[in-house]
Amino acid sequence: MEGLKKAGSSVVKWIELRTGLIAPAEEMANHPTPSSATSWWYVFGSAAMVLLILQVVTGILLALVYSPSASNAWASLQFINHNLPLGWFLRAMHGWGSEFMIAIVLIHMVQVFLFGAYKFPRELTWVAGVFLLLLTLGMAFTGQVLRFDQDAYWGLGIGASISSSIPVIGGPLVHLLLGGPIIGGGTLSRFFALHVFVIPGLLLAFVGLHLLMVLKLGINEWPMPGRIVRKADYQQNYATLTKTTGVPFVPNAAWKDAVFAAAILLAVMACAFCFGPFGPTGVPDPTIIQTAPKPDFFFLWIYAVLAFLPPELETPVLLIAPPLIIGALLLLPFVAGQGEKHWSKRPVAVLVVALIAVTLGTFTQLGLHSPWSPVMEAWSRDPIPESYIERRTPLERRGAMVFQEKQCRNCHSIGGVGGKRGPALDAVATEMTEDQMVRQVLQGGGNMPAYGKALNPSETAALTRYLRTLRGPGLLPARDPSEGIQPQNASHPVAP
Amino acid sequence: MSDHPQQHGSPAQDAALGNAQNPWNGTAPEIAAAHATATSRRGFLFKLAVGLNGIVGAVLAVPIVGYLLGPAMKKDEEVNSWVKLGAVNTFPTGQTRLAEYINPVVGPTDGDTAKTACWVRHAEDGNFQVFAINCAHLGCPVRWFEQSKLFLCPCHGGAYYEDGSRASGPPLRGLFEYKHRVESGSLMILAGQLPTSATEACARKAPSIKTDQPDLVQTIADNASADGRSAWKG
Repeated sequence: MEGLKKAGSSVVKWIELRTGLIAPAEEMANHPTPSSATSWWYVFGSAAMVLLILQVVTGILLALVYSPSASNAWASLQFINHNLPLGWFLRAMHGWGSEFMIAIVLIHMVQVFLFGAYKFPRELTWVAGVFLLLLTLGMAFTGQVLRFDQDAYWGLGIGASISSSIPVIGGPLVHLLLGGPIIGGGTLSRFFALHVFVIPGLLLAFVGLHLLMVLKLGINEWPMPGRIVRKADYQQNYATLTKTTGVPFVPNAAWKDAVFAAAILLAVMACAFCFGPFGPTGVPDPTIIQTAPKPDFFFLWIYAVLAFLPPELETPVLLIAPPLIIGALLLLPFVAGQGEKHWSKRPVAVLVVALIAVTLGTFTQLGLHSPWSPVMEAWSRDPIPESYIERRTPLERRGAMVFQEKQCRNCHSIGGVGGKRGPALDAVATEMTEDQMVRQVLQGGGNMPAYGKALNPSETAALTRYLRTLRGPGLLPARDPSEGIQPQNASHPVAP
Repeated sequence: MSDHPQQHGSPAQDAALGNAQNPWNGTAPEIAAAHATATSRRGFLFKLAVGLNGIVGAVLAVPIVGYLLGPAMKKDEEVNSWVKLGAVNTFPTGQTRLAEYINPVVGPTDGDTAKTACWVRHAEDGNFQVFAINCAHLGCPVRWFEQSKLFLCPCHGGAYYEDGSRASGPPLRGLFEYKHRVESGSLMILAGQLPTSATEACARKAPSIKTDQPDLVQTIADNASADGRSAWKG
């Protein structure tokens, strides 16, 4: 045993003489950390790095088999899923690893923001962190493209449509993004190059820079109300703090990092095992149009925002908002680089985080359900519930058939089934008179297309007669107050 | 100018190694003299070398940037060509049908993605209209519903009338339209690039309201919307 130890230390010495790396590594491991900063709240940064390593390893393993060509990519993913032993698990780990990585990076960001860690002298550490967030999101988007399925194909179409709205350079930019005039082989191979060479290279470089600054400047101390950051004396105060309360990073803080990293890796494996890999969904054949593409979880909020923005505002917002948001993140430490670090003294910061979290959460939730999307199959798949047909006259029943045939249900639900793009029509008769219905159906308006050319007068009459019966139990239909005064108009619709 | 301390041991080290006369060592006055005479010449040569590399870098950048920007530099005439969609009689009058074509520019690894779909409308008056499959909002594939005479988009609910004009939803305009012609009994379209608002060179501008459809315009005029927000605004 003694001999082994001796041999070990002489090997270490041999390497140290030639590389000089061991002494700095020891210094890194022992760098003094304020004892307050060995908290469980400080584990997210290292967990993100561990996930990055997991992604690199699983990514390399997938690249052994994946074929980055538009003609074979989908089939090679199916091959990994079904023919390669544990291939499905590797794909699942890479997919779930990416979801976890984005989540952990966001949590890390919120934590360092609320702890004021971006303030002097750690401004550049924050800036590098902002780039790391963008690169992580870039990895997620390009990774989604490499899963070359229907969602990836039409997702690229969405990317191209957004780029095309940039003035002047829109057209060339679309071709640059796609690597050619259409989404095809050139598109996939360039996203492959971005996903496995360019972005990971930048990611690793920025992680190195980020870590270097953490080591040079020391881990942010636990904020205390009243401990004001001033450029004049912060570094002196921090030195005093580490001198009085500092403990070596290893093992005092490192054991928590290690435990959390292990827990996260186990969680990724558990998700991968229980939920399996992400797709691929349908073949990326653009002639198969029976598809409703949706982005991955962390981009759902953008999908929702694009549904809710007024059409006229969409392009300006898409072009102006991203630079503003990224600019604000980059400028933050230079604008608010001094002052209080503690969250209890920074109500605006706390409110901003809460507001952003609630906004993104709400939009993501909406994105999951996408109530703005018509249910394309509702008219041919979901019959009108019996209770909405019984005790109706033949004309009214004919109207129910018109309602079904003319795809009204793709946007309007009855009995809770159907699209949610337009209002539910279970009680429409209590809100609109028959005349108003005729006008709305034929002319459209308020986000409804006009059906004047798709309905003949008898169909319109039957449809509105049916709609007049939809008013819920015990309620009377809406009535035109002038009915009794004016001579009765013919209730038949006029052909357009 | 920097000196080169790494090349020489300290005098103490030299003494310890017993190599005061080490042939690797220059004595201090010698080094100083060498620097004194050489500083300006070496400095100049270094600057010259940096400048030379700058020029080489600039030359090197030409093919690299050219290669990278290659796809963006193609003119519309280079990517678009006339493509046959099928015999005219495969598109019955009064119907709108899905048609497919292989993109005129195909790469060796394009696979299925070289295929493209489009909607062909053969109007009652005999005229053709060929619409891009891509919604004018964000490019999702629109579907034709014969019964309600609408194109609907599954993504954000954009809707278009049978003539491609905007009906409702987030799109700001009608469907993209391909230029077409009928040649020896076949319907041909000018195609070659993904239709978006900036790359619709293959498509002609589709106004929201077509002035060459007087009956439709008349219907709208007759039914001027009362609720303020007209579905017909352009």
